[in-house]
Amino acid sequence: MNIYLPIAEMSVDVFLILGLGGAIGFLSGLFGVGGGFLMTPLLIFIGIPPAVAVASEANQIVAASVSGALAHMRRGHVDFKMGLVLTAGGIAGSGVGVAIFTLLRQLGQVELLIALSYVLFLGAIGLMMLVESGRTMLRRQAGTATRGKLHQHTWLHGLPLKMRFRRSRLYISALVPIGIGFVVGILAAIMGVGGGFIMVPAMIYLLGMPTAVVVGTSLFQIIFVTASVTFLQATTNQTVDIVLALILLTSAVIGAQLGTKVGGRLRGEQLRGLLALMVLAVCAKIAYDLVSTPFDVFSIREISGFGG
Amino acid sequence: MKTFRHTTLLVFLVAGIAGAPALGQTPDQSPGQPRQSGSPLVADLSEDLIAITTGFTGAEVLLFGATEGAGDIIVVVRAPESRVVVRRKARVGGVWINADNLTFEKVPGFYHVAASRPLSDLLPEAVLQREQIGAENLSVKPLTSASEDEIAEFAAALIRNKQQVGLFSTELGEIKFLGNRLFRTQVQFPSSVPTGEYTATIYLVAGGAIIDRTDTPLQVRKSGFEANVFEFANQHPSLYGVIAILIALAAGWFAGIVFRNV
Repeated sequence: MNIYLPIAEMSVDVFLILGLGGAIGFLSGLFGVGGGFLMTPLLIFIGIPPAVAVASEANQIVAASVSGALAHMRRGHVDFKMGLVLTAGGIAGSGVGVAIFTLLRQLGQVELLIALSYVLFLGAIGLMMLVESGRTMLRRQAGTATRGKLHQHTWLHGLPLKMRFRRSRLYISALVPIGIGFVVGILAAIMGVGGGFIMVPAMIYLLGMPTAVVVGTSLFQIIFVTASVTFLQATTNQTVDIVLALILLTSAVIGAQLGTKVGGRLRGEQLRGLLALMVLAVCAKIAYDLVSTPFDVFSIREISGFGG
Repeated sequence: MKTFRHTTLLVFLVAGIAGAPALGQTPDQSPGQPRQSGSPLVADLSEDLIAITTGFTGAEVLLFGATEGAGDIIVVVRAPESRVVVRRKARVGGVWINADNLTFEKVPGFYHVAASRPLSDLLPEAVLQREQIGAENLSVKPLTSASEDEIAEFAAALIRNKQQVGLFSTELGEIKFLGNRLFRTQVQFPSSVPTGEYTATIYLVAGGAIIDRTDTPLQVRKSGFEANVFEFANQHPSLYGVIAILIALAAGWFAGIVFRNV
């Protein structure tokens, strides 16, 4: 069954989109990530214009992160104060991200920007996770539980504007979470992702937040950042396809619930290892497309009739 | 059902021409001579509106007509023109990036040609070029200056890319004659067809010259829900953005409630 997407201006198979949503939803539930970094490249791969894929996926992530954050809120795993500080940086960052996106779209370089961001961040995060999970697996085999220093003091702790975050048991400068939120906000706008895969490691390693509140707080702030991206993309580029986002989120929420159940039966480091491999596979595919000789070195784009 | 309707239309058309004394069927009239009175060519489309609705997967429109006396038919269907940027990738540091670009104007959003015989058999090159019959004869003009070779290369790439997505016809469409006066041809529109006021131009050709031509309009537009969403997104972008967010919030909240105890 086909459905015509009013903003993407193309006809797609509903079941293909539902299937993609369900599969990515399952993986996101399994690994506790938003799944945007998988969904956006796949949407582009099936022919959705990159600008529409990025903007509509941001809209879909709003829904996914609301349902995820609700579950964490019920268990008290959200640090609202930290979430709001991260959001403040995130909203500013998403504004900058959408501006960069719009500028490069006019210059015809937006696909390159998306692809390069993906290769860089997926590659780095994937490798880090792979190494970390590999080490944990080896340690488990060796049976020696070594433990690093609980709390390290770096220059980050010397910054002004100190704030107390009770739930995270932290007393740090507000500039650190604002800065992290800002960077992730830029990436969210450019890559069409929630940014959880960058936010979560940043919260653990840079902020030193307790693992229990990390995922819930990350999801909580992703709601606001992706909502901001959705709004800005809708107003500056008119690229948010509500129909596409709705089809995606319908199956993604169901897939995510199933994924969460299955995920509960697997060990943490195994999950992280698998996720790392998947992240690296996506990274490799995009990198390959960048360097391999294109089928046609020419491409065309219609300029809308506003004299531009 | 659809075929039946077309057949009926064709029957009426034949009856109309046969019964019209003004069209006088002088048997000695040789092809290539302009007729003295009346129009030697009539044509129409099975639909004058293509509505892009939720289930739209492309459309097929039947163009049919009748000629008086012998002659060949060429049909050209074109969408409104717009500007198109053509970009060329180049390898920079191992990575393929968009390097040069050339913007063309007067590029039809859709272009289809059908003819009862190969174009080169029907009309001289100069006439094909003047009338812009055949994708390679489209007079797409670059906005900025560039060398002749560059323009030719970019223009060829433009046409090739349009052909690849089915917006420009690659092969000459077939025109079927019923007897020697009634003709029909199918025009395929892909789902990515641009909206706007289209024109189907039908040429009656004989002896290497255009004897008659007639235009018939065709409208392609988004309709119903698709049109509403598109217009709303473009006319009230802020409100559209807010609604998109509210829908997502509600959907996420709803999912959270439904799956609470699962």
